[in-house]
Amino acid sequence: MIEKFLKFLPANSVITAEEALRVYECDALSAYRQIPACVVLPDTVEQIQEILQICHAADVPVVARGAGTGLSGGALPVTDGVVLSLARLTRILEIDPELRIARVEPGVRNLSVSEVAKQYGLFYAPDPSSQVACTIGGNIAENSGGVHCLKYGLTVHNVMALKVVTMEGDLIKLGGEALDSAGLDMLALMTGSEGMLAIVVEATLKLLPLPVHQKIMLAAFDTVEEAGNGVAAIIAAGIIPAGLEMMDNPGIRACEDFVHAGYPREAAAILLCELDGIPEEVEAESQEIADLLRDAGATEVRMARDKAEGERFWAGRKAAFPAVGRIAADYYCMDGTIPRKHIASVLQRIRELSAEYKLGVVNVFHAGDGNLHPLILYDVAVPGELERAEEFGGRILETCVEVGGTITGEHGVGIEKINQMCVQFNSAELTQFHAVKNAFDPKGLLNPGKAVPTLRRCAEYGAMHVHSGKLSFPELERF
Amino acid sequence: MAIPSKDIPEFHARLKDKVAEARARGQPLLIQGSNSKSFYGRHCEGESVDMTAYRGIINYDPTELVITANAGTSVKELEEVLAREGQMLPFEPPCFSETTTLGGMIATGLSGPRRPYTGSVRDYILGTRCLTGRGEILKFGGEVIKNVAGYDVSRLMTGAMGTLGIILEASLKVLPLPKFELALCKAMTVTEAMYVMGEIARKSLCISGAAYQNGLVRFRLSGKQVAVEKAWKALGLHEDPDGLDYWQGLRNHTLDFFNRENGSNLWRLSVPANTASMEIQGDSLIDWGGAQRWYYSEQPAEDIWQIAESAGGHATLFRGSNNAKEVFQPLSTVMHKLHQQLKQAFDPDRIMNRGRMYPDF
Ligand SMILES: Cc1cc2nc3c(=O)[nH]c(=O)nc-3n(C[C@H](O)[C@H](O)[C@H](O)COP(=O)(O)OP(=O)(O)OC[C@H]3O[C@@H](n4cnc5c(N)ncnc54)[C@H](O)[C@@H]3O)c2cc1C
Repeated sequence: MIEKFLKFLPANSVITAEEALRVYECDALSAYRQIPACVVLPDTVEQIQEILQICHAADVPVVARGAGTGLSGGALPVTDGVVLSLARLTRILEIDPELRIARVEPGVRNLSVSEVAKQYGLFYAPDPSSQVACTIGGNIAENSGGVHCLKYGLTVHNVMALKVVTMEGDLIKLGGEALDSAGLDMLALMTGSEGMLAIVVEATLKLLPLPVHQKIMLAAFDTVEEAGNGVAAIIAAGIIPAGLEMMDNPGIRACEDFVHAGYPREAAAILLCELDGIPEEVEAESQEIADLLRDAGATEVRMARDKAEGERFWAGRKAAFPAVGRIAADYYCMDGTIPRKHIASVLQRIRELSAEYKLGVVNVFHAGDGNLHPLILYDVAVPGELERAEEFGGRILETCVEVGGTITGEHGVGIEKINQMCVQFNSAELTQFHAVKNAFDPKGLLNPGKAVPTLRRCAEYGAMHVHSGKLSFPELERF
Repeated sequence: MAIPSKDIPEFHARLKDKVAEARARGQPLLIQGSNSKSFYGRHCEGESVDMTAYRGIINYDPTELVITANAGTSVKELEEVLAREGQMLPFEPPCFSETTTLGGMIATGLSGPRRPYTGSVRDYILGTRCLTGRGEILKFGGEVIKNVAGYDVSRLMTGAMGTLGIILEASLKVLPLPKFELALCKAMTVTEAMYVMGEIARKSLCISGAAYQNGLVRFRLSGKQVAVEKAWKALGLHEDPDGLDYWQGLRNHTLDFFNRENGSNLWRLSVPANTASMEIQGDSLIDWGGAQRWYYSEQPAEDIWQIAESAGGHATLFRGSNNAKEVFQPLSTVMHKLHQQLKQAFDPDRIMNRGRMYPDF
């Protein structure tokens, strides 16, 4: 097969040396590692088609890879499989300021779209915290969000069209520059499909006019409940902020010690709220929000006086991951979403679990849309801690499902949450997902073993779950 | 009257039996809401599945910005309940009757004048419970705004014309109603209007509608009063004597334009907003800031599909004299194959609204 690749790919586009393959053994969820048989780095869509045709004919599994910043093991290689890296397809093909769209290759970094669009007074709204590194292809595969998706939506709301290549090598265009298209909405189906249905080889993204005015505010609370009420009060008043983030006390301390943003270290929770729009509207709404938050029990409400102060407010939030990295040897980032009204009770439950598992936890998250990101602190060098962290994480996700939420808001199922899929969906639903996969990839060669568990796996997980209540590190499924 | 929750298991059981029987006999089912859009899509036949009794709001908590209701609930009821809390369905679904149902709204996936600015039905759907052609009642998505667990089947169901399954209930994200709205207009040529609409779209102004008809460009503004007044100043147009009523008429097709005698072919073209004038003869109306165009035309369907495709869009015979033939833009060979395979995945015996979208589908 490698010989076949080398017929149309230069030698430096086909990696087989073990040392070089190690770079691709995991994504940002590094607890799961696997060396693939080979990595290919095509430069063109035609090469991608050819690679897939070869793999399809030879029944070889293929795992797409963008920047490898995924947090659920989505890009984890498969033994004896090929990793298809999109890292060399990095061209921004077109920016059309009139239609406000950008046409890009899948390996383009998220942030660079907004950087290039800026000269036209436009930006690309979805802004995952990993935006300096993660790719548009990866964003589409995960339906990524960001701190501004409360107002501007997720990736699915900001993609107009895709070109995808199926496992058989067919090139298909989905969507277009019109606002809808004929037939079934495959564009939506493809978004968030975790590299299981087809490979994204080009994307047309929606750009928005840059907001003319912004205002950032910070509010401190003595209890998490009051902070949660503050969030509800803003929404109930008919205001949709651009961003609305919450941090609990361990989060506040970790971030404050790291970036000295001036956060109130004693507060039980803080809210960061960003408004954007025209100056008159933003100023009026920020006053209204300040009053609402005080009524909800805020002990302090600070308005950023200028851009620099606003950036300082955000700095702590944006540095949350490295800040937590300083206080713990390792951390494990969860991603459940819950109805907002349950924020306080679920955070309480997480504190109880934290005591039960004797592992610290820090909460810094997208409160506006109820997307929690508990960071579980552990030390991989201490025997048993990783396993405890994973089990703790699993319990958090199951709590999210119990209160009517979901196991993943934006990071995807990947390999990591595959067992929790058995909790959220019944076997008929999982069977339907497999049928969808089968419609695109009947041989099951694209990213096998990810996103949707086999019914057998669920049966085993269910049995383990009930009988021992304690789960060992689950074996990865092998193909 | 909402269906009492104690009656739901029985309703489900009866529906499942109906599907099982239809599968066994190879007899297609015709899913029906209020029939307000029965003219839309290809003509198809089958045993009626009446969903209008399956109504009622299941869950609505305004601070969550989410509403969940049974498919037979009327859109009117949903909007009334939302309006009481100062909220709305952001995509302004067209209601061709007072009884238009939630299920039909999702199945057709049609959105009104606000669509380019706030998004479409599929943008706001969060979850569905449906009965597939395989006879299973399945739940996808949920009631939270961010959710990437499993494939996005709820969005796939939106606009699928009921060809994949029966929608039983759905959860939608909702938004606050605008605090203030204003309708503006100005006489100009179509070329001028296209230019003005393009210019305005690039600015951060609170536009919620942009249309052109009979030599008149019209805009609707929505937002806080300060923002609306500021935008009005920037635009320098007149206040529209028809006021906001025009936009209601455009949304629900009660404008005279949409009420021709039966038999005329009304085409809907969805094209890139900046598409220059199109080679279609007949009366037209431009909506969605240029991205949706309505034409009365008796030109052959093939010509219109060709024109739409070369503009980078697609055309639908929205209301026509003959919907026994194709009404939706034909698919490419690869797309057709994928559609067949997806149909197979949800409805292997092709019992759900057989032929409503494409003849063999
Ligand atoms: C510090 C940090 C912060 C983060 N913050 C956020 C955040 O705020 N919001 C958020 O949503 N996520 C966040 N993430 C997660 C991650 O960055 C996103 O999931 C991102 O979209 C992954 O992009 P990637 O290019 O790295 O994809 P990869 O990790 O390489 O791949 C992710 C998945 O996409 C598939 N894939 C990649 N490219 C393609 C393609 N072209 N076609 C088909 N499938 C493809 C892969 O097979 C895999 O399943 C964060 C991660 C880190 C490390």
